[in-house]
Amino acid sequence: MAWTWFHRLASPPHVYRLSARLTPWLAWPAALLIVAGLIGGLWLAPPDYQQGDGYRIIYVHAPSAWMSLFVYTTMAVAAGIGLIWRMKVAHAVAAASAPVGASFTFAALVTGSLWGKPMWGTYWQWDPRLTSELILLFLYLGYMGLRSAFDDTQRADRASAVLAVVGVINVPIIHFSVVWWNSLHQAPSLMYLGKPTMPPSMYVPLLLMLVGFTLFYGAVLLVRLRGEVLSRERAASWIREAVRT
Amino acid sequence: MPPVRRGFDTADDAGSPAVTALGAAHLVLARDLKLAFRKRSQLVQPLAFFAIVTTLFPLGVSPELSRLRPIAAGVLWAAALLASLLALELLFRDDAQDGTLEQYALSGRSLTWLLAAKTAAHWLLTGLPLALMAPLAGIALGAPNAAVPGIVISVAVGTVALSLIGSIGAALTLGIRRSGALLSLLTLPLDIPVLIFGARATELAIGGEAYGVPLQLLGALAVLGLTLAPLAAAAAVRINLE
Repeated sequence: MAWTWFHRLASPPHVYRLSARLTPWLAWPAALLIVAGLIGGLWLAPPDYQQGDGYRIIYVHAPSAWMSLFVYTTMAVAAGIGLIWRMKVAHAVAAASAPVGASFTFAALVTGSLWGKPMWGTYWQWDPRLTSELILLFLYLGYMGLRSAFDDTQRADRASAVLAVVGVINVPIIHFSVVWWNSLHQAPSLMYLGKPTMPPSMYVPLLLMLVGFTLFYGAVLLVRLRGEVLSRERAASWIREAVRT
Repeated sequence: MPPVRRGFDTADDAGSPAVTALGAAHLVLARDLKLAFRKRSQLVQPLAFFAIVTTLFPLGVSPELSRLRPIAAGVLWAAALLASLLALELLFRDDAQDGTLEQYALSGRSLTWLLAAKTAAHWLLTGLPLALMAPLAGIALGAPNAAVPGIVISVAVGTVALSLIGSIGAALTLGIRRSGALLSLLTLPLDIPVLIFGARATELAIGGEAYGVPLQLLGALAVLGLTLAPLAAAAAVRINLE
């Protein structure tokens, strides 16, 4: 009995309706938190004593970097569930997540290099975080490339699921090897999140942005999931009724 | 020329306890090696590719050994990575086309072991020759003679990991035409830790320093790959055969 909710998640019509109902509950809080976080971060927070106003880009950069990993993990977990329980909806979640995660990764890279220009004097430095983000972007591109290479949706689902699971095992290994590599070749770069004394006026907006970005991903995922379910189930009869209402 | 056994004679072997999982894997290994030695030109191609790529750098950068020596380790590893990638396309292709892989999957033997054996054959045919050739390229790029053992052992251990990681990519792209670019996009990001530790070990060997630590990390990657990659490759092959 306790597992009924889980089994119902395997039913595309149920998921289609559920995600339609849940979307506003995620989208509105996300919008509020992001606006509040932006106001707090861009206006109310004091300038940094070393970096001046340049540090403010972390209010977009850090949440994007966090989301890039969060989405990859979500994608791999969903793919694993799809692989183990042969749950079509789980594969749809993974498929719907990949482009969102890749966009967050790209945003983290762009904001990171924009931040680098005033701080390092160059748009790109082989900093361990930026380098791992770049590799993560390649992992996303590989995942999406593999998925699009198959004509058969089921085969695409299962093959890319294997890749996502292999990738998620590798992400920490890649990250630590890149950190190790970097520690050999250059002095540690400026750590912008490692400061022990970040006043509340600085970190509260950051927390708001983190939660806001996460909810935003949830909302986008639900919308994309509906599209994914629609295109996968286009031959099913429940679609006609669902779309009409 | 005696005929090569393509796959098992399932009628004879199925259920016979005489052929264990390891025994079957051993047969696959022997068969792959025998087949490969009948097409020697395919064996030589990745090695020639490796030699050409390492030749490009002196031509592109500078003929002075003093300028080549600092980048020698990176050049060797990038070339080894690409050469092993080039050879990966051949890992499962022929067996997928003539149905041998299907027979393996249906044989009742552990597909994981059989693919591990195929990957072992692949390493013996590409990784090991690359490891033996790498010191030549290294010396041509300014590495001292004393670095030879270090280069051989780091490339040998590293290519084990490369073959294993690559077997996953090759298995995933089995059913895809013109999979070369996709295969590299899937495989190269996963190869990066191998590149980092391998190039570091080679660099230390060329500099005459102790290279134990990166070599051990490289070994750890190879062992991790050995435990997990054949499982993932077997899952991927089954998906593509469905």
